[in-house]
Amino acid sequence: MATNKVAAKRKLEKAVINEKANGSTSLTSDNESEDEDLLQTISDNDSTDGEDQDLSDEDSDGYVESIEGDSNEEDASGEEDESGDEDESGDEEEGTDDSEAEDEEGTDESDLEWESDEEESADEEPADSKLNEAKTSSNGKLGGKFKIDKVKGDKIKDTGAPKGPSKSPAEDKSSSDIVKGSESNSDEALQGKSEPPADEYAAGDTSDEEDIRNTVGNIPMNWYDEYPHIGYDSEGKRIMRPKTGDTLDQFLKRMEDPNFFRTVKDPQTGQEVVLSDRDVELIKRLQSGKIPDASFDDTAPWVEYFTSDVMKTPLRKFPEHKKSFLPSKSEAARVSKYVHHLKMGWMKTRQQRAEERQKKREKNFYMLWGTDDNASEEMRRIHNHLPAPKRLLPGHAESYNPPAEYLFDEREMRQWESMADTPHKRKLHFLPQKYSSLRAVPAYSRYIRERFLRCLDLYMCPRAMKMKLAIQPEDLLPKLPSPKDLQPFPTTLAVVYEGHTDMVRTISLDMKGQFLISGSDDCTVKVWEVATGRCMRTINVGGTVRSVCWCPNQSLSLVAVAADRKLLLINPGVGDNLVVAKTDALLKEIPEESSAVPERVKTAVQWEQGNEEEWSYGIRVVVTHFKEIKQVTWHGRGDYFSSVMPEGANRSVLIHQLSKRRSQVPFSRSKGLVQCVLFHPIQPMLFVATQRHIRVYDLLKQKMTKKLETFAKWISSIAIHPNGDNILVGTYDRKMLWFDLDLSTEPYKALRLHGTAVRGVAFHKRYPLFASASDDRSVIVSHGMVYNDLLKNPLIVPLKRLAYHDSNNDFGVFDVIFHPTQPWVFSAGADKTVRLYS
Amino acid sequence: MGGIRKKKFKAGEGAQYMSRTQALRKLQLSLKNFRHLCILKGIYPREPKKRKIAQRGATGFKTLYAVKDIQFLAAEPMIWEMRKYKPHFEKLRRAVSMRNMKEYRRQLEMRPEIKLDHIIKERFPSFIDAIRDLDDCLTLLFLFSTFPSLNAVPRDQSAMCRRLTMEFLHIVIASRALRKVFVSIKGYYFQAELKGETVTWIVPHQFSFNPDSAVEVDFKTMSFFVEFYCVLLGFVNYRLYHQLNLYYPPKLSQLSGDEIEKTLADEGAYYGERIASLNVELTHSSGNANEEEQELDQFTLSEDPDKMDQIQKEIEHRKKLKTLFEGVKIFVNREVPREPVVFCIRALGGTVSWDKRLFVGATFDEDDETITHQIVDRPSMEKQYISRYYVQPQWVFDSVNAGVLLPIERYLMGAILPPHLSPFLDGTRDNRYKPPEELALKGEAPVVDADKDEEKSDEEESEEEAEYIDSVNLDDYEEEEEEEEDENGQPLDEKEKERLKLKKRMAVTKGTMEKPDPLAKQREETAEYKMREKMIRNKHRKLYRHMMDNRQKWGKETARLEQKRKRVEAEQSASKKETRIQKKKAAAQLQA
Repeated sequence: MATNKVAAKRKLEKAVINEKANGSTSLTSDNESEDEDLLQTISDNDSTDGEDQDLSDEDSDGYVESIEGDSNEEDASGEEDESGDEDESGDEEEGTDDSEAEDEEGTDESDLEWESDEEESADEEPADSKLNEAKTSSNGKLGGKFKIDKVKGDKIKDTGAPKGPSKSPAEDKSSSDIVKGSESNSDEALQGKSEPPADEYAAGDTSDEEDIRNTVGNIPMNWYDEYPHIGYDSEGKRIMRPKTGDTLDQFLKRMEDPNFFRTVKDPQTGQEVVLSDRDVELIKRLQSGKIPDASFDDTAPWVEYFTSDVMKTPLRKFPEHKKSFLPSKSEAARVSKYVHHLKMGWMKTRQQRAEERQKKREKNFYMLWGTDDNASEEMRRIHNHLPAPKRLLPGHAESYNPPAEYLFDEREMRQWESMADTPHKRKLHFLPQKYSSLRAVPAYSRYIRERFLRCLDLYMCPRAMKMKLAIQPEDLLPKLPSPKDLQPFPTTLAVVYEGHTDMVRTISLDMKGQFLISGSDDCTVKVWEVATGRCMRTINVGGTVRSVCWCPNQSLSLVAVAADRKLLLINPGVGDNLVVAKTDALLKEIPEESSAVPERVKTAVQWEQGNEEEWSYGIRVVVTHFKEIKQVTWHGRGDYFSSVMPEGANRSVLIHQLSKRRSQVPFSRSKGLVQCVLFHPIQPMLFVATQRHIRVYDLLKQKMTKKLETFAKWISSIAIHPNGDNILVGTYDRKMLWFDLDLSTEPYKALRLHGTAVRGVAFHKRYPLFASASDDRSVIVSHGMVYNDLLKNPLIVPLKRLAYHDSNNDFGVFDVIFHPTQPWVFSAGADKTVRLYS
Repeated sequence: MGGIRKKKFKAGEGAQYMSRTQALRKLQLSLKNFRHLCILKGIYPREPKKRKIAQRGATGFKTLYAVKDIQFLAAEPMIWEMRKYKPHFEKLRRAVSMRNMKEYRRQLEMRPEIKLDHIIKERFPSFIDAIRDLDDCLTLLFLFSTFPSLNAVPRDQSAMCRRLTMEFLHIVIASRALRKVFVSIKGYYFQAELKGETVTWIVPHQFSFNPDSAVEVDFKTMSFFVEFYCVLLGFVNYRLYHQLNLYYPPKLSQLSGDEIEKTLADEGAYYGERIASLNVELTHSSGNANEEEQELDQFTLSEDPDKMDQIQKEIEHRKKLKTLFEGVKIFVNREVPREPVVFCIRALGGTVSWDKRLFVGATFDEDDETITHQIVDRPSMEKQYISRYYVQPQWVFDSVNAGVLLPIERYLMGAILPPHLSPFLDGTRDNRYKPPEELALKGEAPVVDADKDEEKSDEEESEEEAEYIDSVNLDDYEEEEEEEEDENGQPLDEKEKERLKLKKRMAVTKGTMEKPDPLAKQREETAEYKMREKMIRNKHRKLYRHMMDNRQKWGKETARLEQKRKRVEAEQSASKKETRIQKKKAAAQLQA
């Protein structure tokens, strides 16, 4: 507030200086209004000041009143510009204005005085207020305020008193003159028009007398225009309107009368008055803007009527009152009260309060955490607190001098720019840059924004606990023994059996593992010597060979071949000559039909002896079916064999007996599209795989014992473990299913070893191995150990992927089969070859 | 039949969360005050497990707060203080408009104050908690310490930030806690170790305040954070100072509080003062607490000798780092950004000074003969002393990160600097790309000098390539398979040919050592691994795939950077060769 005041004062001074420069004593209206405003603010800000000023003025007013009569007219005329109803503040301003104009030294003094005054008031004021607050704590606020005002008034009178005398009398006078001038302005303006009273009687002709004659008073004279008289004299008689001449008379008057120019008509009486020379001169002077009195010397030296010097015999001399010599009791009482309040700490000095404020603002730190570092989490009081994650630390790319590979090349730059609309998709959130020296590094323009976003994240981003995996992908892999420990198993390609001209669909080995027979789409079957890869025989069977199967009976040299609708029993004529001859001999005799063949079977199957030509090829018996045969499989003893015709509806599975050349249809109802069948190696059981299920039939009891759920879409092949408890099922939907028959009717394990459809599966008879063939050109050999301990689950370890076949028409490997004694595996591929891996 | 029908969202997630609007209604606070309260109390929205239930079936996205959190807020006495704000400001406004300055002043002094001490204790029950959360705090305060006075920010806040950050730097110096430095394009990253916790903060480059940022940044919100962080850092500083037996608050500058206020106008003077104070030794409260590193007993923390070895190494490294600049006297030239350099040197025991004609606080002159290093950031200097090395500032930072004083050859004045690498990548992924410089720094690969590269013979290069092939990612199965097939298809033919050859010659020739195929074993392992991979449980299949894909992605990124590096190096060497040839030609021409 103090600064406010000072500023206002400075402004004021400036305004005064401006005026001086203009050379006019009066303020321009603009300045005036502005300064008025300033003053207004001053008075508002600290009303004491305004009051102070007013009071001092009033004081001086009283002082000057006595010499009012001596005041000059010129002062008043100088002030004529001033509006009569100037408010007090305006007057006050004039006062300061004059005082500064008159003596510059005086301004400095008064400045100082003013400031000190302010200080006093500012010092005292809060103290007052405090005091009063303390006093009126019980009273309402209004009362307190009222009291403050009262106290202020007292003080002001105190301060005002010493101020008066310090001003120079001249200063006081002038200011008071102006005040008076402005007050008496209107009167004097009227008087100025009439003659000065001193010359009234000298002129002889007095308007006063005439005025007195007409008693109508001060009314507009045109009211009497329509009457012959113009008023009444003191006796109540009419005063008649004097005769006015016509225009001719006027003209004559003008021409003849030398005083015509100075003749004026008195509106009161209607008489013509001739102005004296003095009057004329006065009017002229007035018109030219001079002082009306010619005798007045306006350049005369200034006569100081009241000097600033202390006179030995002053005009007025009241002795100082005794009060002014004695210390004020009330003041003393107040001071002692203040002292007491200060002592008691009820009141505070400015400095103390400033210190207090400072202390309050200053943060006070202390030992917040005790010495023990493990406080309980309960202190936190937030339920389930999730601390904010820390920001990621920068990588090399953020360096001011990164390695060259982190800087963007043109392509990356283009990519960066193309993602200007979607910055979150960029790999980096900043553009890597390289600066040659540290001093060249500029401020990062997005820095504040980044910090702000972090702040937003801290209080606005929803938090959740996310479990982060601390494992490596390797940890997810099952712990399996190393394949090296599970040897032997086939690892390399050993022999390629080439010679077929079309895809080889099926292969089979004789029981000793010496010879291999393969059936192909080129309507032939070929017999190969396993060890050398030599093709021993080629037999044309006149149809696509879908399945071949060597008879497991070692005393027979016989192969069942499924070619289209015919099932051929062929004696390949390889191996032991004795066996070959014995087989031929055996098959030459046709056994008698013991009983009548049912119609259902008769229409499905016809047994025929091979004719001469066929005999020479090796075909001994032809069993013609009513539909295309897909699969043929032997029972372990070698007397029974079964054939599958998927399209055969309820007669799709047939069981043939070689010794009696008899067939039977075991199922009366179709259970779906039969894919393949399999005899149990030990027990009299038959596994029938339809499209989705595998049904297990007891051949003795002639009923279904189990139905295995595969959850697969389409079963392709089926193989059984030599122990007979585990079944492996290959499906066209890429999976292989391992069933443990003792465990459940659902798969023990589903293996996804292949990328495409699995076409063939096989178990090794001796080694714990199984293999699968798939359209992805590969054969996968796996370790499949079945333990005798029932509590121990089978161990399955894939061992080797053998991908040597080529693909043909999206077909890869059709069939896979193990060597009966060696850890070798054969595969029949769509690339017209059969391969042996050892 | 019968029974009371269960009402929806009365239990479970539906009852555990409440939206922000509900929270505001419950707390009877304005959004602004609520935000302020959340910032101070550290309450944040939570992500429910089932958003639809938590929002009670409402569609769209709602900011959800835990009901317990809001209840916790409701019990906070600070809310009453916050509710006082509105009438307080109304009174102030009224006083101003009535021009009742006295009342205005009186009201100013009655301003409601929020005490945050108890919140600090509540949010950070133990000192370690506070240190753990210091990263954001320090980064924000260092930023605010560079701010001029702003409308939205209380006047004394940036001064407070300056004081507290300065005190913090001093405690880092006094406790020799600095561990890592990194000069990024965003600012200087410093990492210190306090009470076993790493604290990382960023000091922005100079002149980071940009008035335009007011458009995209709400300074008021940031100021709420600063309000809290100031109190936090104050208490943390107090505790840290007391632990080292240092007086708190330290007397860092000759200027008193009022003078500091005045100097705020003069940014340069303030900055100089700030750095000068870094050179001041702190006073100990009870003599010089000589708590030098006590020899740690050799505890066998773990059985693993490798791990023990590593721990031992780390301890030694730390010990060395703490006295890195001891005995080194460094003069900093005027063009170098002084604050980070001076801080690093002082924090690791060095003595440092600068031109005393330009900045206050210099302790020795440039012509001091005992100066060992002078840090310059200009290409050349007229007057040079023989007794000292002239190095670029990066030498200081790289030395800190390496833990030893690096050889100065590559950092000499005017030299092209080696890349400045981030020290923060140690604990991250293993398969990330590591530039050769980083490998060289860790001694994992021979130091590759840019100049030596050219002199390398072709053989060496080919060897390198072979190595490169070796390190090719194992996961590229497809390629591997094809290779495998080719390899295995061939041997038969080769044997045949060999047989024919032998037949032709029928003579004894010198046998050659059979080289085992270096890739065979690897191929085998890959195949084996792939087989194993196929036996993965169905449950884990997708996760595994995802993880492997990620790994492959990073592998690709690594390979891309490696290739880029090679290309860049090739380009560089080519351009160098060209210039050399041109030089030679020019010389030959001159001779002719």
